[in-house]
Amino acid sequence: MKSKELFNIFTAGIFKENPIFVLFLGMCPALGVTTSVVNAIGMGVGVIFVLLLSNVIISLIRNIVMDEIRIPVFIVIIASLVTLLQMFMQAYTIELYNSMKVFIPLITVNCIILGRAEAFASKNGPVKSAIDGVGMGIGFMIGLFAIAFFRELLGTGAIAGFQIFPAEFAIPVFTTAVGAFLTLGILAGIAMVYSNHKKDVQEALEKAAIAAKKAEAEAKKGEVA
Amino acid sequence: MELFVIFMGAALVNNIILTQFLGICPFLGVSKKSDQAIGMGAAVTFVIFIASILAYCIYTFVLVPLEIEYMQTIAFILVIASLVQFVEMVLKKYSPALYKSLGVFLPLITTNCAVLGTANAVITKEYSLPETIVYAIGISIGFTLVMYIFSTIREKLEHAPITRSFKGNPIALITAAIMALAFFGLGGLV
Repeated sequence: MKSKELFNIFTAGIFKENPIFVLFLGMCPALGVTTSVVNAIGMGVGVIFVLLLSNVIISLIRNIVMDEIRIPVFIVIIASLVTLLQMFMQAYTIELYNSMKVFIPLITVNCIILGRAEAFASKNGPVKSAIDGVGMGIGFMIGLFAIAFFRELLGTGAIAGFQIFPAEFAIPVFTTAVGAFLTLGILAGIAMVYSNHKKDVQEALEKAAIAAKKAEAEAKKGEVA
Repeated sequence: MELFVIFMGAALVNNIILTQFLGICPFLGVSKKSDQAIGMGAAVTFVIFIASILAYCIYTFVLVPLEIEYMQTIAFILVIASLVQFVEMVLKKYSPALYKSLGVFLPLITTNCAVLGTANAVITKEYSLPETIVYAIGISIGFTLVMYIFSTIREKLEHAPITRSFKGNPIALITAAIMALAFFGLGGLV
């Protein structure tokens, strides 16, 4: 296993296959808990924890579990990890637990986690799966952070509790469902602008390379003639 | 009257998609055609209805007497997964036509957070059995309604002149924002 391959697996989750802006997975917490940056980071850390452990456990047992019952087995492993997380948060971070209460048990049905278990951990070894889990988790957290940053700043005029501008100038609609959909839509559009631009540049480069080859071939023909 | 308030609250005011942010994945994923949206809505309606009643019974008659309430998530997800599997098997056997048209979406319902979310909500709101039933019906009607409205808008969006980068999901999300704004207006209903 080359370190470059591992690095590629790690960065795929953050940029090329970002779960929020590219794959559109795990949308419910992305909209539900992003009223504040603190909640977004809390949810991100929770998902990284579950994703890392579930990926490792599933990649370790992937050869023992029969194909027909793999989904129920995966989902029970994930649900147990989420229950652990829930108890842990209740014990140590009660404030955070209360502010995102509904969404913690719902980590179980976060499509990213079962999706990665299916698509990656059930086919790869534990080291790769661990790195994939952390990469995807960080990509998810960055997505949540970006949405929460704009929603909290525009909706309350503060970032993580620090007032940036007076609350009278804030647009409260950004703390509601409307602002959540709007912020995610605009951010996803901007992410697409960037990836479309990259695609265009690559296509232009390929075209230029083909044209250059043609010109070269023609020049050679000319020489022969 | 109380039941009517619960129903209206669940279906319109606290719509599961537009104000509670649950079930967003099928909302974005299977809303490009209206017949698919209705099919998904019908399947989810059935699963939400049965799953919340089962969840209620398991919680009150098994988990609470045994004092293992913390097993809630694991128990509920098992109920949902086996229910989806069961629905799939029954449909395959007795109604192959319906199975074919829903086939792709059925397994996805297991990971639909609207189902687990409704089951959890019934417990946290401490509803009685009749309230649970009415709440589950309200939630699933609200889900199907929003899925259908959204899918008809998206069918029109396909032909609208939109900047390349905003085509597909980004413009769909912005449309959902406007729809959520409209549903805000229903807030005074209950």
